[in-house]
Amino acid sequence: MHSFKEKEYNKRFDPKLWKKMLSFCKPYRKSLFALGFFMLLLASIDAAFPLFSKYAIDHFVVPAETKGLMEFAIIYLAIIIIQALNIYFFIKLAGKIEMNLTYDIRKAGFHHLQELSLSYYNKTPVGWLMARMTSDSQRLGGFISWGLVDLIWGFTLMLLIAILMLVMNWKLALLALLVVPILILMSVYFQKKILKAYRRVRKTNSKITGAFNEGISGAKTTKTLVRESRNLEEFQQETGEMYRASVKAAIFSAFYLPAVLSLGSLGTGIVLWLGGKSVQMQAISYGTFVAFISYTVQFFEPLRELARIFAELQNAQASGERIFSMLDEKLEITDSGIIRKKFGDILSPKKENWPQIKGEIEFRNVTFSYEKGKNVLTHFSLQIKAGETVAIVGETGSGKSTLVNLACRFFEPDSGSILIDDVDYRQRSLSWLHSNLGYVLQTPHLFSGNIRENIAYGKNNIEQSKIEQAAKMVNAHEFISRLKKGYETEVGEGGANLSTGQKQLISFARAIFTDPRIFVLDEATSSVDTETEKLIQDAIQKVLKTRTSFIIAHRLSTIRAADRIFVMRNGKIEETGDHHELIKLKGYYYRLYTNQFMEEEEGKILQAEIQDDKKSKKKGVAL
Amino acid sequence: MSGNRNLYLFAILAIGVAIFLRFLWPLVLRATIDNVIGDKPLSDQGWLAPLFNQFFLLLGGKTVLEKMLWICSLLLILLTASRGIFIFLKGKWSAVATESIIKNLREKLYDHLQHLPFSYHVKVRTGDLIQRCTSDIETIRRFLALQFVEIGRALFMIVIALSFMLPMNLKMTLISLSLVPFLFIFSYAFFMKIKIAFKNSDESEGRLSTVLQENLTGVRVVKAFARQKFEIDKFDAKNSEFRDLTYRLIHLFAIYWGFSDMMSLIQIGGVLIFGTLFAAQGEISLGTLLAFSSYSGMLLWPVRQLGRVLTDMGKAMISLERIQEILDEPIEDLEQGTNLTKAKGKIKFKNVWFGYDKEQPVLKNISFEVEPGQTVAILGPTGSGKSSLVNLIPRLYDIDQGEILIDDHNINLLSKQSLRQNIGIVLQEPFLFSRTIKENISMNCQDANEETIFNAAQTASVHDVIETFQDQYETKVGERGVTLSGGQKQRIAIARAIINSVPILIFDDSLSAVDTETDAAIRNRLKKRRDDITTIIISHRLNTLAEADKIIVLEKGKIVQEGDHLQLLAEEGLYKRIWQLQNSLEAEFNLEEESFSELEKNQKAVENI
Repeated sequence: MHSFKEKEYNKRFDPKLWKKMLSFCKPYRKSLFALGFFMLLLASIDAAFPLFSKYAIDHFVVPAETKGLMEFAIIYLAIIIIQALNIYFFIKLAGKIEMNLTYDIRKAGFHHLQELSLSYYNKTPVGWLMARMTSDSQRLGGFISWGLVDLIWGFTLMLLIAILMLVMNWKLALLALLVVPILILMSVYFQKKILKAYRRVRKTNSKITGAFNEGISGAKTTKTLVRESRNLEEFQQETGEMYRASVKAAIFSAFYLPAVLSLGSLGTGIVLWLGGKSVQMQAISYGTFVAFISYTVQFFEPLRELARIFAELQNAQASGERIFSMLDEKLEITDSGIIRKKFGDILSPKKENWPQIKGEIEFRNVTFSYEKGKNVLTHFSLQIKAGETVAIVGETGSGKSTLVNLACRFFEPDSGSILIDDVDYRQRSLSWLHSNLGYVLQTPHLFSGNIRENIAYGKNNIEQSKIEQAAKMVNAHEFISRLKKGYETEVGEGGANLSTGQKQLISFARAIFTDPRIFVLDEATSSVDTETEKLIQDAIQKVLKTRTSFIIAHRLSTIRAADRIFVMRNGKIEETGDHHELIKLKGYYYRLYTNQFMEEEEGKILQAEIQDDKKSKKKGVAL
Repeated sequence: MSGNRNLYLFAILAIGVAIFLRFLWPLVLRATIDNVIGDKPLSDQGWLAPLFNQFFLLLGGKTVLEKMLWICSLLLILLTASRGIFIFLKGKWSAVATESIIKNLREKLYDHLQHLPFSYHVKVRTGDLIQRCTSDIETIRRFLALQFVEIGRALFMIVIALSFMLPMNLKMTLISLSLVPFLFIFSYAFFMKIKIAFKNSDESEGRLSTVLQENLTGVRVVKAFARQKFEIDKFDAKNSEFRDLTYRLIHLFAIYWGFSDMMSLIQIGGVLIFGTLFAAQGEISLGTLLAFSSYSGMLLWPVRQLGRVLTDMGKAMISLERIQEILDEPIEDLEQGTNLTKAKGKIKFKNVWFGYDKEQPVLKNISFEVEPGQTVAILGPTGSGKSSLVNLIPRLYDIDQGEILIDDHNINLLSKQSLRQNIGIVLQEPFLFSRTIKENISMNCQDANEETIFNAAQTASVHDVIETFQDQYETKVGERGVTLSGGQKQRIAIARAIINSVPILIFDDSLSAVDTETDAAIRNRLKKRRDDITTIIISHRLNTLAEADKIIVLEKGKIVQEGDHLQLLAEEGLYKRIWQLQNSLEAEFNLEEESFSELEKNQKAVENI
């Protein structure tokens, strides 16, 4: 695998990127406007509440008058109900926008991931991709929707309060708002500090998770090394760091609120002092005075939310950059426009235009490298006739797997060409090739779901008989019918409920299910037990007879059965022939064969005891 | 621990003081509005009134304050600032208390896990254990940090509110509190109810990431079968399921906030309207009205939070139980017993019986002896008890019957720590820690310098490989891009085991992934380094077996053969059968050639016809 490096991300505001991100909002323009409207209304009513107090004081309390109070109460109640509805609708709307945005980002990401080439997957860890598709898309969706909520509400409320105060008494208002600039600067500063402190906490936390992980998985080794107390000492360094980081973060947050409150109370104090004087001189009414005091308190409520948005902006931008670095990744292996037009793409293949396949494969003068300058294959040629079974053997790193990667068009040759039925496979669509391909990997990969769904992989409404037929062909039917739920047995996540051998049989059945002309077995028998190997071996003989098959082989039985054997070494074919011919050569193949023979036979002797045990247990049950 | 309890107490007291100061604020405002600006007398209701009024007169009373209104302002600002100090102290104290409790809990758990017996770690489900150590602790931490003191706040709030409000006006008090119980019940019921919706959304998210993960790891299958469209549809189904379930959750929250905000606003509105009515009728002053307005607003938030806190307490309790379960498992004592100082390396098994459960013995009546400096190889089929046998020597398991002696000491009487320090054991699938290679090798040797590390690595035939890595000995194990092969891992583990030059070395099939030549080279170098080390090797490599001083063949938990290479070759048995494999290979080739030449003959015969 190539070493994977996380890019450094921009810290400055990047308008181009935001423009791209906002393009996801287009379908929800109406909802966003509605949300904006509700937030405006919400803030306006919030700003209006002190005016009600003012009215009540000036019209009822001070003149000691109760006429009209009933009407006042009714209007007040009506406003409350409107406000409650407002709250309900804005949360609902923001939630809808958030979830839809996240959904859309994920959808676009997944779609793109399906078309990205294997070279991208080879250099990008799955965990990285998972994080983009889960937390980053969620953060972006959440930031856009709830950020908008806080932004509009906060700005409107502060603006309205400022205007109302200015209208009521501009001098007093200006004096009361004197502390605002300081507060804003302080808030942004603190929120940034707080976020940074929590980032440190999270980082340390993941170290602690790692330490636990290692402490548990490595516990047995720790015992043999008698390293318990030193491990604890090292762990204590992490928990100590965690303690310091967490307390620091908590103290920052604990300091922020009181600081805002105290500074804010300066405004209230000024209003009480100068406003009180005005009341004494009857320049303003009691009601106005009270409303002013409420406003000086209320004004600072949105401040924290606004400061938080600005602080979070950076994080959201980084999430966006990472998501777009994935979405903008170019497709390396893809069909050209003409080919797409003629044969269709992965979502809507035009099967009616697809030519019949015979199954001849030819590597013609192929040169290939994963990294520039390090050729794995150089001017490599190979011809496989339709219906022929070919085995490729060689040590790890000899280039065997590269042949599979090229034949399946997971990668394309740097120069030279690969021909299927005498036509360069780039003149056909990817789907055409893959629909005619049966592929079995070394480590079987199953998907959550039951056995039936795994065999029919992706095809719905299939008759049971067709599935059973495929299973029978590869000798999987017997073990499946022995399972309590048969074909309906859940395989578990990644096939965890089944043994490797069983998984391999199912993945073999899956490959044969669509009746492909070309079969690729990539070390398919190397990780299974001897019993399964026999079943698969037997199936290979039956199934592959009429198909072109391309087998990367490890086990002797598989190799011996091939029509032709290619012995690979350092990207070249060292020896060719069938088993007898190659043994006679007494060359490289002979040595490989001898080693493998000893290993397999010895394995058989040393496994004998378990087999015996199994037999005796079976007998025990029968008795 | 008790220090932390005190801190929590202080934190709760700090909240109490902060709330008290907050309740004083409207009183100052009331006195200012009613008495200083207006001309009503100071109120004499309530337990605080005499003190409060005294204080006001001390400042100069109406006559002075009227002219110097800024004193009242200053009073308000000082009240807020000192309240701020207590809020800060509460935040600080509860954070310090919480974080040190959590620190202790983490360390206790980690240490406990390390001291749980070998058998526990063989059986345990790692994923579940890690979950308990991380997310369960996080649940407890959140509860302690954010919510524990909230309970104190809500209680203080109610007590202080009642003591301030009741003496002022009974009717207004009742009005101010009328919706509070309903609000509490409503939010408690809501947060209980919403647990299911939370669970649904979480589970759906889990399904979404399963589909994603399976797709990404199985990308070859998806591509080779051209099932992208199917995968897209499958993902889309989970993606929209998650969207809809989470949206449903948000919708419930929208109802909750809408409704509870409405109740709160009605509560505040009720106080305003009835207060206005009573004030207009002269029953209460304007200042009292304003005081009640602020008091009723203060109560609403903590009461709503209380519903949430109480439901979350259940979660924290469950997490605590799950952690307690681990802490209740009995641990092994490493220090109990006499200390074994530098052993000579003589090992003796006397009629040893052992089984993982008593009913089914894995080792039956095992007796053998190894002299210091000897090499013993153990051969046997899978499941014959080879690993169990060697695991008994460092007491990773304790035997059921018989005794094992090292230098004539019964190992059951030795402290495990000193016993294990005398034994280097390399497991078949060794675990390397995610640190640098250098740190991994020197793990067990505090005073290791470069030379000793290189030397150990050279002996284990891994030095040259390490030198080819870009960061050489500083290469981090398991880091992106660097994947060590099985054989490399085994060799690093061997270097780690031998760096301390222990008198007894055990290789539990730990050269299986190394090729035959390297295997031999390592064994030779070990011999050369020191020839007084007792070595026990589990292996089925012919050369390894043949060179041992003694070979023990195990079958079904019993020793069936014992002796050196020549002795065992002379007997019928497993050992001989394996040696004869070479012959059978020759035989197969001969057969091949015969059949091949026969084939050729036939062909010639056909041609001749």
